[in-house]
Amino acid sequence: MILTINNRTHEVDAPDDMPLLWVLRDLLDIKGPKFGCGIGSCGACTVLVDGDVTRSCQLAVADVYGPVTTIEGLPEGDTLHAVQAAWVKHDVPQCGYCQSGQIMAAVALLRDVPAPTDQDIDDAMSNLCRCGTYPKIKAAIKDVAGV
Amino acid sequence: MGRIAKYTRRGFLGLGAAAIGGLAVGYYYYKKPFPNPLEGMVGAGESTFNPYVIIGADNTITIYVPRAEMGQGIHTTLAALVAEELDVDFNEITVTQSPTAPAYYNEAQLREGAPFAPYDDGFLAESARNVFGAMGKFVALQSTGGSSATIDAYVKLRESGAAARLVLVQAAAARWGVGVDRLTTGGAMVHHPDGRSLTYGELAQDAAKLDAPSAPDLKPKSDWKLLGKSQKRVEILDKVTGGRIYGIDMQLPGMLYGTVVMSPRFGVGAVSADKAAALAVDGVTQVVDIETTTGKGFGIIATHTWAAFQGAQALAPVWEDAPYPPDSAGLMAMYDAALDAKASFTLGGNGDAAKALQSAPESDVFRAEYTVPYLAHSTMEPLNATAQFSDGQLTVWIGTQAPGVAQMRCADLLGIETDKVTVHTLRMGGGFGRRGEVDVPLYAAALAAKTGGKPIKVTWTREEDTRHDTYRPMAKGRFAAQLAPKQTHAALPRAIDVAVAAPSIVASLLTRTFPGIPAAGSDRSILDGAFGQPISWQDSRYSAHQVEAPVPVGFWRSVGNSVNGFFHETFMDEVAHQSGLSPISMRLRMLHDPRFLPANEIMTKVAEISRWREPLPDGVGQGFAMTLSFGTWVAEVVQVDMRDGPVKITNVWAVADPGQVLDPANFKTQIVSGIIYGLSAAMMQEITFANGQVQQGNFDDYDAMRMAQCPEIEVELLENAAKLGGAGEPGTPPAAAALGNAIFAASGQRLRDLPFGNTVDFY
Repeated sequence: MILTINNRTHEVDAPDDMPLLWVLRDLLDIKGPKFGCGIGSCGACTVLVDGDVTRSCQLAVADVYGPVTTIEGLPEGDTLHAVQAAWVKHDVPQCGYCQSGQIMAAVALLRDVPAPTDQDIDDAMSNLCRCGTYPKIKAAIKDVAGV
Repeated sequence: MGRIAKYTRRGFLGLGAAAIGGLAVGYYYYKKPFPNPLEGMVGAGESTFNPYVIIGADNTITIYVPRAEMGQGIHTTLAALVAEELDVDFNEITVTQSPTAPAYYNEAQLREGAPFAPYDDGFLAESARNVFGAMGKFVALQSTGGSSATIDAYVKLRESGAAARLVLVQAAAARWGVGVDRLTTGGAMVHHPDGRSLTYGELAQDAAKLDAPSAPDLKPKSDWKLLGKSQKRVEILDKVTGGRIYGIDMQLPGMLYGTVVMSPRFGVGAVSADKAAALAVDGVTQVVDIETTTGKGFGIIATHTWAAFQGAQALAPVWEDAPYPPDSAGLMAMYDAALDAKASFTLGGNGDAAKALQSAPESDVFRAEYTVPYLAHSTMEPLNATAQFSDGQLTVWIGTQAPGVAQMRCADLLGIETDKVTVHTLRMGGGFGRRGEVDVPLYAAALAAKTGGKPIKVTWTREEDTRHDTYRPMAKGRFAAQLAPKQTHAALPRAIDVAVAAPSIVASLLTRTFPGIPAAGSDRSILDGAFGQPISWQDSRYSAHQVEAPVPVGFWRSVGNSVNGFFHETFMDEVAHQSGLSPISMRLRMLHDPRFLPANEIMTKVAEISRWREPLPDGVGQGFAMTLSFGTWVAEVVQVDMRDGPVKITNVWAVADPGQVLDPANFKTQIVSGIIYGLSAAMMQEITFANGQVQQGNFDDYDAMRMAQCPEIEVELLENAAKLGGAGEPGTPPAAAALGNAIFAASGQRLRDLPFGNTVDFY
């Protein structure tokens, strides 16, 4: 099957039920999306599929319905995406393992709700972080939004 | 010396005692001076000055950090210690993980295994610390834990930077024929007063030939440019771009993928397993039996991780029955029996608390019991390791807190010499104490022995990770206090008698890591967070009742302090209310020791920033707790709002005193992180047993705090403590008690058992 990932097409030979996460990580060597739980709970594997925030461990590769964007697809050349730049400015990551997923979720939130309230952020950012970076994630999102 | 001998004879099982397990190998190191492991790594034009610095002719300066980065920011802070004295800025250096070598042993982590309070600088305490610290050199244990990295490095790494700078200046002085005192440094260069300059790179080869001083003068604090100031973490770019830096991101040519299916009942193996079904999964190539000191079970080898996971499911093993009480109630009965039996040992204490409580009228005695459950570490990155065994050499790539132990034990497993094993320490997606265990590298090595020399990455499922942890122990505390006679107004309580039932973590660690070493002795972690706290009593006693429970237990962020921080600080809140006193003002009046000054200051400050004395609406409450752990004094106030029914944690205020703050922003971040880790456990986390195995498996039944539940957290730092304290763990111990005390203040409901979510609903 053919997948479009970060504006590049890839031909993939995988079982239909193989989750997109493992196709990305093990077959295509795209390591930004992380394995955390395998049940769609933690969000470490978050990517965008046709723009939709998607937990890639829960989407069978045969069901991928549009182009896929992973964190590797966010920068424009050497320029970080505004959300990534805010993450640097606020020193958000600690262990950093969940941050690919957090950043993808934040990118989608800010695209849909350019000036999110605290409630909007709480609702959209359901990804787990075991280091407790939530206060800095919230501050970085607000910084990008200018709220 | 007699009393010191008594302490060592009585065998306090600090990490130092665990490290003795490495004696066979350690003796080899002890007989030789530690070589600089970078000697064998320098390339063309490069020079090394000590185990922390390589400088190239092109002026590239690389600092090798001996501790592992798991989110605590240690690569940045340790690099700053070297860079400060080398007189270079962060944009002039590259920071990288050191190799695994005895030169990088962690003395500080072992020193604090001695059974004394951090503020105790008496002859006995210091002598015992020296004995424990010497064990560190003896076994050359390179490890990251116990919030010890900066304490261990504080002088050592600054001296390394200073010594390297000094020989670079000497080399320039020789080249120019001027005195060293006329030269200055800056911008990774040595400057002549006439305006000429030579880069460190141009001087490095000459300088490396000079004898470096062993104890060079260090800069006064007033001259610090990097230390004491907040730095951007060195790996920040990797961490916002999905950088492939974690163990789980390893990719090697021809690599296979695997997973493990280990017995969820401890110490037993499988009755049967459907290997044919596992092999029938597309992509699965082998099913391998595994038996090590850490467990029995199976490994699945496959062409990708998903196939390995499918194969693991198809294997459907039937396990032998557990040879121990199969459920949580049965295990708790062992704790009750231990509490009813004679104490295993006592630590600290003064006067005669037993007599005081016996002779007091029962109306003046307050008693309460508390429990905490087993807990899993639940790191974001599931456990994994990559290994390759070819030509009699094993290479392991792993996010590990203890690469030296992994090296020794993997060598034993494969029957090869330790020097035939190379361990590459990679960044960790969380550690919290779990990633010092040997099971992960052992299983990877066991699978690598079956692949015909191909590398294999072994990734555990989240369920395997949760069900095969080395758990924070379950524990039960039985506390009693003698209050002042009821008619005396605002009088302080007089005596405390503490009994804590818990297993020995060090004994459990020894049993699975070095099974040949007897695990007899006392483990201070049973009482950490209860004894040695900044509080004065007329009489006090702290008794440990060691439980011989079968569940593997390990170091979980803040270790025993996470248990006793909850017990002790909840009890003190209760004692204050029983005495008709405000918890903070009572504690301020119980500091009759000049060494407790930092406690006075953190309590005063936290009361100020939390506006502790101001009235709150009904249904809103504040709770206070304070714990001294890992040399850092921490006071916390939690505020909850229960006006809508469920508990909403709205605010946390924390004041921490580590004596000396090396990176204020990162230190605050670590305190915040420790608070959220502790609150997560207090709210909802619990590992329970049925049928001899753990019932929880994934984030659907073992979750942690999410964004919507996260309070606003404000941290202030003070520097009154006499000694340098750690950062990674001390934020955790007071969190649960402060939360429970806040719920009491808001609702009148006293919660004595964790997690609170079993009794009240959280927002």
